[in-house]
Amino acid sequence: MTGIPCLTLAPERRVSLVNYATREITCKIVYYGPGRSGKTTNLHYIYEQVPRDRKGKMVSLATQTDRTLFFDFLPLDLGMISGFTTRFQLYTVPGQVYYHTTRKLVLQGADGVVFVADSQGRQVAENVESMQDLHANLAEHGIDARTMPLVIQYNKQDLPAEMILGVPALEDALNFRGVPSFAADALHGAGVFETLRGISELVLRRLSATASVGSR
Amino acid sequence: MDLDPRYRFENYIVGSANRLAVSAAKAVAQSPGTAYNPLFIYSSSGLGKTHLMIAVGHLAIQLQPALRVLYLTLDEFVEELTAAVSAGTIEKYKQRFQDVDLMLLDDVQFLAGRRETQSEMLRLFNALQRAGKQIILTSDRPPNEISDLDERLITRFSGGLVVDVGLPDYETRVAILRSKCEERGAAFETGVLDEVARMNYSNVRELQGALNRLIACQTLGEAEVTVRNVRELLGEKADTTAVAVPARGQEFATFLSDLSDVVAQHIDTWRVRVVEAMTYWHQLGFGTTLLERTLEQTDEPDVDALLQQYEAAIARLRVLQQEAARFDPTLAESDIFRDPERVGEAELLIARQLGGAEPPPQPDPAYSRAAFEVGPSNQLAVHAVDTVVLEPGRKYNPLFLYGAKGVGVTHLVHALANEMIRVGDGAKTIACVNAQQFIDELIAALQEGTIERWRARYRLVDALLIDDVHLCAGTERTQEELFHVFNSLYSAGKQVVLAADRAPKQIERLEERLRTRFEGGLVVEIQPPDHALREKIYARFLAEMGQHADRALVDFLSARAVANVPEIAATVDRLVKAAGVVGVPLNAAFARKELEGGGFAPVPSRAIDGRDADAFFLDEEKVVWDWPDVAGRAIEDLR
Repeated sequence: MTGIPCLTLAPERRVSLVNYATREITCKIVYYGPGRSGKTTNLHYIYEQVPRDRKGKMVSLATQTDRTLFFDFLPLDLGMISGFTTRFQLYTVPGQVYYHTTRKLVLQGADGVVFVADSQGRQVAENVESMQDLHANLAEHGIDARTMPLVIQYNKQDLPAEMILGVPALEDALNFRGVPSFAADALHGAGVFETLRGISELVLRRLSATASVGSR
Repeated sequence: MDLDPRYRFENYIVGSANRLAVSAAKAVAQSPGTAYNPLFIYSSSGLGKTHLMIAVGHLAIQLQPALRVLYLTLDEFVEELTAAVSAGTIEKYKQRFQDVDLMLLDDVQFLAGRRETQSEMLRLFNALQRAGKQIILTSDRPPNEISDLDERLITRFSGGLVVDVGLPDYETRVAILRSKCEERGAAFETGVLDEVARMNYSNVRELQGALNRLIACQTLGEAEVTVRNVRELLGEKADTTAVAVPARGQEFATFLSDLSDVVAQHIDTWRVRVVEAMTYWHQLGFGTTLLERTLEQTDEPDVDALLQQYEAAIARLRVLQQEAARFDPTLAESDIFRDPERVGEAELLIARQLGGAEPPPQPDPAYSRAAFEVGPSNQLAVHAVDTVVLEPGRKYNPLFLYGAKGVGVTHLVHALANEMIRVGDGAKTIACVNAQQFIDELIAALQEGTIERWRARYRLVDALLIDDVHLCAGTERTQEELFHVFNSLYSAGKQVVLAADRAPKQIERLEERLRTRFEGGLVVEIQPPDHALREKIYARFLAEMGQHADRALVDFLSARAVANVPEIAATVDRLVKAAGVVGVPLNAAFARKELEGGGFAPVPSRAIDGRDADAFFLDEEKVVWDWPDVAGRAIEDLR
């Protein structure tokens, strides 16, 4: 299991988002959503775009049928940004309903969540169920979902129009809080970086609120 | 790096968005090093800052062919620096830049966060500017917005002229497109270029790209370029899907660039400053918890004031540490001197070492320099004392005063100490001690085990004055300690004054090492009061006793030799009281009779006022109150 990030970190040991003392920004972003909505595809696309010298090792624990069994982990070393060594850690959760415990663990200590929704009309119920699951898990971690930076990605918008719901319909079904949302085609990369940029911005906006001097 | 021959003023289209930058650039090209130095050009990507900068280089060379022009991007600058460092040829590297007359440095925004490069850049910048060489810099943002850029560089970058190149307006865009078409020998039907200029391109590079595509379409004969289809050919079509497939390759870079902007917006610059200060002082071994706590607060504090306060505390700690080192080097290593939050404790520690609440012995304020009369017998000593007041520790150090008891040695020593305190406005620590007290204190300190404290008490003074130093003769430990105290003060340039009833060489059992040191400055004797001095002293004492200083009386009295001043005081006292008892005015005749025999008989009166009479006269047993009458005395005589 070497190289697999520990999931049993106690919440109080979470490293602060911005550490002024060590000049580091460390940010954990979790891609959440129903099974087969394209969370891992998002990470794969990002991984492909990262220049070779900055590529960390993407850890993916998948089943034989390429379904995420446990979780995916993509460390992104973004180098020096405004004098801060910036690292993003991207995680996905397994979407299948029965991996509830894993999802809850992965969500722990997240700085932001990307909810990847499947735009297909027949997946609406799964999307809603997964969104409810997200809120329930956040609540179990003692986090008010309204304070957690969240963006929604409506994936698979490249599918034929008759198979998918339009963005307005999806917004009606899922985005009752009016968080930033992005239409995407993760397989080809459309909307992937826009989504990442969106969540990064939300997370970083909370910088000063979570700034720390590094005493752990 | 060679200058790109395509980038010249001739093909740089001037519009309202870049007019200022172009004028400044031309001025610089015409007289490098004099007009605007440095010239800092900034704009978003693709708006022509590199073009403008290189155009300056071409024009400058055209005007002055011998001019040495160097163009580098910041990346190249860094690469060369790194290569020079690893090859150990840093001096050669520096020399290369210093030989340049016009330095063109592109994309300096990439200095962000590169501390080492920034230091090197600063040095280079200073060297070039000192030599009057021209520098032109470009960046995608103004100097003060380049994140994590050394303040000194920001100041230097902004020290000449900072100009921006804006997005060209519609007309300029049309002019640019026409100019490019001419360069490429292409022609389009009327209105095509205008249509392209209307399209939403955010910079000139994109505009050129669009033109290139149109030229390609036309050249390859794929399609006739018309006003109607130009937008379609350039890919601007109605959105049929909600998402557009991105251009691969640039996405990550764009993401990073956007993220950088977001971080720059949300990072608290005051926190960065505090952390920089923390890092700096931490490296020097000082505690930074005071600063760390500030980081925990959400509101921005007055960072300037905070850092000033912190640095003042460190400065104070350094002073205290030096003081500690003077009397105990091991004490100076205490952690207390490394924590600006513990200045109070450090002060207390030093104060304790200095003897706590016990200041060194002070002079008797009753002895003032003004009350010390000067005459030939003591004028040399007084002159020396006055000099020491003005220049303590410099001219006569040590000053050794001696004279018989009562000639004013003690008065002068205390007067000197009082003057030094007055001149120093109380800021100077002056110890004025009698040798006997010095010895007694030492014995007590040995007894109580507080010898270090005792030493500190004397070693840290600004001046030490010891009266009756001859009393140290024969002591062992006192002479040993005095020797060390003397050396410590003398080597620190502090004044030492010693006083005795005899000259150093006449003090028996005084250690040779002390004697030679005592004689190393100025040894001066105060002799018994001479005539002139006696006159002054008599006049003063009489005045102080409320007597009219009759000239004849003063002359008579001062003609009489005395061994010391108390003798004068006693004479005056005696005469004043006698005159008071007799009830006659004090004059020369009375004094002569009183002092040389045939004195007046006292008035037989029981009603003598005790306040005026000497105690002697109040003793009934010793006073004859009822004298025999004349008849009685005659009988007595006849017997």
